[in-house]
Amino acid sequence: MSTDIDTARAADLLDEAPLAHRSLSTTLFRFATAGSVDDGKSTLVGRLLHDSKAILADQLDAVARTSADRGFGGGAAGAPDGKQRIDLALLTDGLRAEREQGITIDVAYRYFATDRRSFILADCPGHVQYTKNTVTGASTADAVVVLIDARKGVLEQTRRHLSVLQLLRVAHVIVAVNKIDLVDFSEAVFREIEADVQKVGRELGLGRDELNTGGITDLFVIPVSALDGDNVVDRSDRTPWYDGPALLEVLETLPAADELESHLESFRFPVQLVVRPQGALAPDAVAAGLDVEGYRDYRAYAGQITEGSVKLGDQVSVLTPGQAPRTTTVTGIDFAGRRLTEAVAPQSVALRLADEFDVARGDTIAAAGPAGGKIPQASADLYAALCWLSPKPLREGSKVLVKHGTRTVQALVRNVTGKLDLANFQLEPTSTLELNDIGHAQLRLAAPLPLENYLHHRRTGAFLVIDPQDGNTLAAGLVKDHPGDHEDERYSI
Amino acid sequence: MSIFPTSVAVDPDAAPAPSRDGDAASSIASRSDRPDATPWAASGSTADARLSSPARLSSLDTLESEAIHIIREVVAEFEKPALLFSGGKDSVVMLHLATKAFWPGKVPFPVLHVDTGHNFPEVIEFRDRTVERLGLKLVVGSVQEFIDSGELAERADGTRNPLQTVPLLDAIQRNKFDAVFGGGRRDEDKARAKERILSLRDEFGQWDPRNQRPELWNLYNGRHTVGQHVRAFPISNWTELDVWRYIERENIDLPGLYYAHDRGVFARDGMWRAVGEVSQPRDTEQVITKTVRYRTVGDMSCTGAVESAAATVRDVVIEVAASTITERGATRADDRISEAAMEDRKKDGYF
Repeated sequence: MSTDIDTARAADLLDEAPLAHRSLSTTLFRFATAGSVDDGKSTLVGRLLHDSKAILADQLDAVARTSADRGFGGGAAGAPDGKQRIDLALLTDGLRAEREQGITIDVAYRYFATDRRSFILADCPGHVQYTKNTVTGASTADAVVVLIDARKGVLEQTRRHLSVLQLLRVAHVIVAVNKIDLVDFSEAVFREIEADVQKVGRELGLGRDELNTGGITDLFVIPVSALDGDNVVDRSDRTPWYDGPALLEVLETLPAADELESHLESFRFPVQLVVRPQGALAPDAVAAGLDVEGYRDYRAYAGQITEGSVKLGDQVSVLTPGQAPRTTTVTGIDFAGRRLTEAVAPQSVALRLADEFDVARGDTIAAAGPAGGKIPQASADLYAALCWLSPKPLREGSKVLVKHGTRTVQALVRNVTGKLDLANFQLEPTSTLELNDIGHAQLRLAAPLPLENYLHHRRTGAFLVIDPQDGNTLAAGLVKDHPGDHEDERYSI
Repeated sequence: MSIFPTSVAVDPDAAPAPSRDGDAASSIASRSDRPDATPWAASGSTADARLSSPARLSSLDTLESEAIHIIREVVAEFEKPALLFSGGKDSVVMLHLATKAFWPGKVPFPVLHVDTGHNFPEVIEFRDRTVERLGLKLVVGSVQEFIDSGELAERADGTRNPLQTVPLLDAIQRNKFDAVFGGGRRDEDKARAKERILSLRDEFGQWDPRNQRPELWNLYNGRHTVGQHVRAFPISNWTELDVWRYIERENIDLPGLYYAHDRGVFARDGMWRAVGEVSQPRDTEQVITKTVRYRTVGDMSCTGAVESAAATVRDVVIEVAASTITERGATRADDRISEAAMEDRKKDGYF
């Protein structure tokens, strides 16, 4: 009838710190899980949600009822240790359409929070279309948890998952060696798998990145039992030979990708739209005393900082395709009535510039001069890795749309230069890409774009390939460097 | 309250700021917010947490920036967006984010309300006051009109939430809206957990979970053909607690029934129902006065109140943080109709 209120927990929350301060001091961390149903991924996700108390009473009741109905935890005889277990995998049970077909359709997003962080979990289904789902989940993730069944060790699928994560430059990869209880918490089994993971990591170039360019900086291997909770939220005393952190500890302490990238001095700001009210000022702001005269000629460029930071007085370049970069000074960083002196990725702000340039959606504002490093050079020749996500295959000579930042341009697929064999990361010759293939291709753009290598710029190096007919997303694109200086103008479009 | 760790007040007409060097320290030390005639900017205290690094945004700041980015993308790429506005807290937060996205300009799209005819009067009053305050155009789709014309039939259980779909699609078609913002959140329901931030709908408004576009990085693909439209959910990644913390931080006004008040209620289906024009107790149901509040507002005939003494936004934040039951499970009879109730309604074009 009434909502049950856990007053003790509420009091704890209040005792620790005022809530407003808590909300200001917790940061957001996005991670994805990759692995198949058999690896116990759903159970692990359920365990994280359950042990971090993200599962509410009504959800837990429903899961406990279903678990009992299905005889979970040893059937009628109960679990070996006499405890009634609940099937935590049911917490992530999906849509009815999925249960009817026995499949998982799509990436599901889950939310939980600890005192230190709010988490967004992209739960990526394994078996079917794992490339599509892993690419989707990993594209926004600060970290990815890859599951391995301790009884099976590193499989080809593990190599494939790690390959995709390396390609997408996920900042942190955590390999959870699950079902460690089913190998009697054996250190020998764990160490062997750990060594195999490290070996694959070395082959792929995973592991610590000394240059700290925001690439993959960490590769963790953790023994866990999702079913019993060992090393998931708390360190387990059943793995005394493991002295590393539990999974949640790692997730709570890793720097988010934006934190890593804000150290870079490469400010990038794709212009979304021009804010120019021309007298159509917000009535609530006017009622609250906005200086109507002062804002009559207001003009600012709205967008989200994709990388780096910007300060008042910074020299910036406005990059308009087809024009030489124009350099000016940042005279205002506005956010809904606040005037900031500095802003960092991923803040959404509006910039005012000293010169009255003609700046429009699709332009990019980037740091100029030595502090900002290299200004991205616009190019109509696009060399890229494509993760093909559509049942409609890629063919040489086809016309597509490329969406990069806030600009969409037409493109011609000049050639497909190879397809990655994810198991050994070798490029094989091909002239087509099919669903879940990852390959290399060369495209000619109808207008130049300020392209940057994805390896160094996760946002401005990423693009979508879109079908001009039905508008569907065909591929995730990662910009690569030009292979050489062999410009071929025959394909100009 | 400072949203940004390094924000500082400067005069609108001040000379260009000091150079890059040496400015960071002073800007943090002298941090104060002089709100520039913006109601919410004056809200919080100035004693908020000092963050260790200017690069660290709070989770609320990150979610706010993400939502504003999405709202701006939709406005830039679509011909005629509208925002679904019920007066409920999520839609109020959505509208607040829109005002911030386009400040100092007006919100550049109308708001759309699907009126079940089973409204809490104070919510309708709140809706009209908000629209007036922001100078917006209000488009209303009326369930009652469709019932009166015979195009919709009243359900046996009297619940009108599921009937909103037809007037919603009608309003979208008649007004040629090609994008409709909603305040849906993925933590509400397992069907929503799998929906995209930009969700393509066909001519019948249907959602096809098996045929969704992959959503990569922060690149949103809103391309659609004639007859299709897109539902946009900028606060997809917010939880109920995020919404309440944001309402507190931004000092956002809500309809009064979100806060504890005394009300005549009766028990039905394990919930407290308000007594009203469309919500009358049966002979066996006894009306008593209780101190209650609502966690969602919707069709008065199927939205239940919870017993609560939370009379302020701060009290509600504490209550939500401590609550052990999800908001839909607690207060929405229509989601109890079947386990897959939301999934079915979404496929039919519901939000």
